[in-house]
Amino acid sequence: MGLESNLTGTFVGTRLSDALNWARKYSLFQYPFVTACCGMEFMSAACSHYDISRFGAEIPRFSPRQADLLFVVGTVSHKLAPVLRKVYDQMCDPKWVVSFGACASSGGFYDNYCTVQGIDTIIPVDVYIPGCPPRPEQVLDALMMLQEKIQREPLEKQA
Amino acid sequence: MSKKALERLTAKFADQVLATHDAHGDETAVIKRDRLLDVLRFLRDETDLAFDMPIDLTVVDWYRKREPRFEVVYHLYSVTLKHRLRLKVPVDEDDARVPSSYPIWPGFDWYEREAYDLYGVAFDGHPNLKRILMWEGFEGHPLRKDYPINKRQPITTLLGEKS
Amino acid sequence: MAEILLETEGGDLDSVPMNVQMGPSHPAMHGTIKMRLRLDGEIVARTDVEVGYLHRGFEKSCENVTWTQVMPYTDRLNYVSPLCNNVGYCMAVEKLLGIRATDRCEYIRMIMAETSRIGDHMTCVGASAMELGGFTAFLYAIEVREEIWRVIETVTGARLTHSYCRIGGLKDDLPPDFGASWRSIRKKIRTLIDDIHALLDKNRIFLDRMIDVGVISADRAVSYGFTGPCLRSTGVDYDVRKAAPYMKYDRMEFEVPIGSRGDNYDRYLVRMEEIEQSLRIIDQCLAQIEPGPINVDDGRLVLPEKDDVYGSIEGTIAHFKIIMEGIRVPPGEVYSYTEAGNGELGFYLVSTGEGRPYKCRVRPPCWSFMQALHEMLEGYQVADIVPTFGSVNMIGGECDR
Repeated sequence: MGLESNLTGTFVGTRLSDALNWARKYSLFQYPFVTACCGMEFMSAACSHYDISRFGAEIPRFSPRQADLLFVVGTVSHKLAPVLRKVYDQMCDPKWVVSFGACASSGGFYDNYCTVQGIDTIIPVDVYIPGCPPRPEQVLDALMMLQEKIQREPLEKQA
Repeated sequence: MSKKALERLTAKFADQVLATHDAHGDETAVIKRDRLLDVLRFLRDETDLAFDMPIDLTVVDWYRKREPRFEVVYHLYSVTLKHRLRLKVPVDEDDARVPSSYPIWPGFDWYEREAYDLYGVAFDGHPNLKRILMWEGFEGHPLRKDYPINKRQPITTLLGEKS
Repeated sequence: MAEILLETEGGDLDSVPMNVQMGPSHPAMHGTIKMRLRLDGEIVARTDVEVGYLHRGFEKSCENVTWTQVMPYTDRLNYVSPLCNNVGYCMAVEKLLGIRATDRCEYIRMIMAETSRIGDHMTCVGASAMELGGFTAFLYAIEVREEIWRVIETVTGARLTHSYCRIGGLKDDLPPDFGASWRSIRKKIRTLIDDIHALLDKNRIFLDRMIDVGVISADRAVSYGFTGPCLRSTGVDYDVRKAAPYMKYDRMEFEVPIGSRGDNYDRYLVRMEEIEQSLRIIDQCLAQIEPGPINVDDGRLVLPEKDDVYGSIEGTIAHFKIIMEGIRVPPGEVYSYTEAGNGELGFYLVSTGEGRPYKCRVRPPCWSFMQALHEMLEGYQVADIVPTFGSVNMIGGECDR
């Protein structure tokens, strides 16, 4: 602190993990794994009215190799579950998962023979967004929560 | 609106028609399975019937309520003459097979696959009778009344992995 | 002297067909389907479309809940125009009951169904444009949809999954300022739709990619069971609202746009013109609607007013019986059909007299065109798959139920 006050205005000091996390949280490349009705609200959140690009998470990358945020949007059925697992496995570290909607978080009201009761039975989830479908404001709130979580990550977690 | 269709059907195939009704304005004929394809072809080809559009094909499962157990229900429509008809074909549980109507209208293709997948009623002569909504390896037919709604069969192998 | 690097003998290089899998998670934001393609260079030689990745057990779930509890499940069928599904289901149950909703209820249902149809077509057109690279048209289309959802939210309380209709009536009447708020957004929608026309109708790239792509003939379309904009784009004049008018459609003046070529561009034009006709219908409904009751006057079907529920014993018992046991629908079967965003949405209901449906079958309009999709893709190039699949407007919730 003392050194900085002598060299005011020339550089900023921080920890390496903080700087990396700052860069990561404001440039999330999302992989929208869109299946069902929540996809409509995802479209709304991504478009001009609610504008997710204010938070840096605008561009959807449709290749898991290029994405770091997996948005699981909508109901996942047992037929689709291996595909979801494969997409998650193909993503490179560091990666985060947001479970968008009631169906992805817990199966929603489809408690039957074909619906996965929550994607956290298949892949680890960082943020759950409730709602059927959630309003776009909830999506943005969840994104901000995820950004706070990313900011707190220690250096050891980053590969 | 298609009373005439019912009359012509009962006149031509009197021995095949088991019952007719028009409750709620929906003309319905219950027919036997034996000459099903002839009946369907007759309905499509006669110029004053002209049922050219297949609308729906489904199965009703009368488990423990009625015999025979399954009833295959066809809905047909004529775009030119604007009339509709419903046909019902009862089939037994032990012999749940019906001739496929794919040669007559290709539009029943996936409907028959779905009926096979969810109810277990087979369609003889269908070019590709495989499961369509459930995955290969699913056991049972979920929409039958004796399949419990919560009986899950999750896939436990990763993609590309041999179990 | 340059080396001759490769010899070709009057034709393409020797090639072998390539088998490629497209999906189930792929960029065309229309749902999860898997297509196995056999490619001969860039041409699609054969394709096998596999659906079922969004099968959520609609029919089985409906057999386990009461007649009124089916309403949220119907919302999630064609989730881009949920009010059309609500209206279709309520009409089917009312047909089985042998009753007809009140006049005001029918006008309101028509207004809501047509606004939902506009939202559906805008989403389809916008997504098609975006997949071809025209992102601006998509943003404008979603803005139209947002305005519509804002008005629908003041009426139904929700943006997407409304569950607005009830058997025998509606959840609530229109708010008193509905006419004024509709007129205010209508101006904004008008400008946005004109902008989309200006961006796409004569756009060289859009025309080149959509005209004569994904063609299907009228005969094949009819024999496959096509309905809705996909059928009308081939030249067949079949619209349920004209062929078998329901609610108050016989009092409405509107036209049914018909295409001629059955390609993607005709499907786009048919949808854009249907939006214009929907706006006409909504204006006529708002002009013709009269004040009155929205629920039928039948205590066995409609929940009593809250004053009665808390004030009188009959009201409490009626409320209890309707909620816990469900509405008593007489035994029988019925097939009721309406014109939803994609075509003829049919409900085949079977009742055994209890408070729960014995069978609640949905006839999905997109099931018919998905089985014909391979015909519309074979012979065209790989890059034509995306606009064709987009213009057909498959909605996963409706296709797989």
